[in-house]
Amino acid sequence: MDTNRRNFLKVAGISTLATLGGTVVVERLVTGSNLAHASAPGGHAAEGAAHAPAHEAAQDPSVNRYGMVIDIRKFQQDPSLGEKVVNACHTTHNVPKFPDKKDEIKWIWMTHFENAFPEQPNIYRDTATGTHQLPILCNHCDQPPCVRACPTKATFRNKDGIVMMDYHRCIGCRFCMAACPYGSRSFNWRDPEAFVKDPNYVYPRRMRGVVEKCNFCDERVGSGKLPACVEACSDSKAIVFGNLNDPNSEIRKILKEHHTIQRNPALGTLPSVFYIV
Amino acid sequence: MYDSGKIIPGLIVFVLLITIPIWYNRGGAVSEPPKPVLPKDAKTCVLPAAEIRANHMKLLNVWRDEVLRDGDRSTFEIEGKRYQKSLMMTCMKCHTSKKQFCDTCHTYASVKPYCWDCHIAPVE
Repeated sequence: MDTNRRNFLKVAGISTLATLGGTVVVERLVTGSNLAHASAPGGHAAEGAAHAPAHEAAQDPSVNRYGMVIDIRKFQQDPSLGEKVVNACHTTHNVPKFPDKKDEIKWIWMTHFENAFPEQPNIYRDTATGTHQLPILCNHCDQPPCVRACPTKATFRNKDGIVMMDYHRCIGCRFCMAACPYGSRSFNWRDPEAFVKDPNYVYPRRMRGVVEKCNFCDERVGSGKLPACVEACSDSKAIVFGNLNDPNSEIRKILKEHHTIQRNPALGTLPSVFYIV
Repeated sequence: MYDSGKIIPGLIVFVLLITIPIWYNRGGAVSEPPKPVLPKDAKTCVLPAAEIRANHMKLLNVWRDEVLRDGDRSTFEIEGKRYQKSLMMTCMKCHTSKKQFCDTCHTYASVKPYCWDCHIAPVE
């Protein structure tokens, strides 16, 4: 190209201004007036735009976001409650019981505090917290890493905020199990048919080769009932289920009144399950 | 022709082998049209008979996607009764026997649908 230095500098300067200015204009048009970091172009603005919708979606009252509050103290007071809760879930959903611990499938299970909250080590834990167990399950995160990792979208976040499994589409690659930081997912290493006692005929089993996990009883919640584990607790309110986006719901009241913790919140998955300690 | 003593018998064996699908399974149970046992109490299915026979695979898939992925558990009405979009809670409520209904046609057509890998077949 036959150009001199002056012309080259003119073209370079104008195109730089156009790029920087143009990006800001486009970002403003795309995200509207909610953009907090207005001036910085490119990646920084995109990051700001990504954070703003996430927080808005988490608080938007027109969208359901089901969540749970588990009262650890009630499970400490009544140790038999844990078994009731686990049995209610596993019998409703035909979860098989294998003799070998390596094949184990669990949707909700009782575990010790240090296994549920490994990010809070404490060598001088109080006796009650150290000895008793609490139930843990899939957290149905607002930003689920498993959904992000699934190559077939067999696991997806439905419109009510429940992270669902579509067993028809699951190919059994177990990327979701690798992605889940909470270990909530189990793989069917064997055909579960022979290991389901008293099957519940209105809910299917799973086949060998798919990953399964708690589904917040979507089939019950869809018909207006409560999840099986919540119902198993009956009046003790050890587990409370509700819509986190509804500011007047019972679960939001409980969250305002009690101090709750979540499992590994620093990961940024925004779990929907809270624990009252 | 040369070597006709080898070629003619060879050709006959070849024709017999290639037409095995036609003559190997003649007679026997699968040569008659299937006779599924129809339910006694209901007169109509969720779709007319010819349509449901041709499209039940697609209908079940549509139900599955609507219920599971869209969360649409709305019921539909046939002759005044409400039905859910469900294999176990709608289809199997009337067609109570998998062996006498589903399997009769499926074995005849030699198809193996994977429904029953997970959905629990009614106890026979």
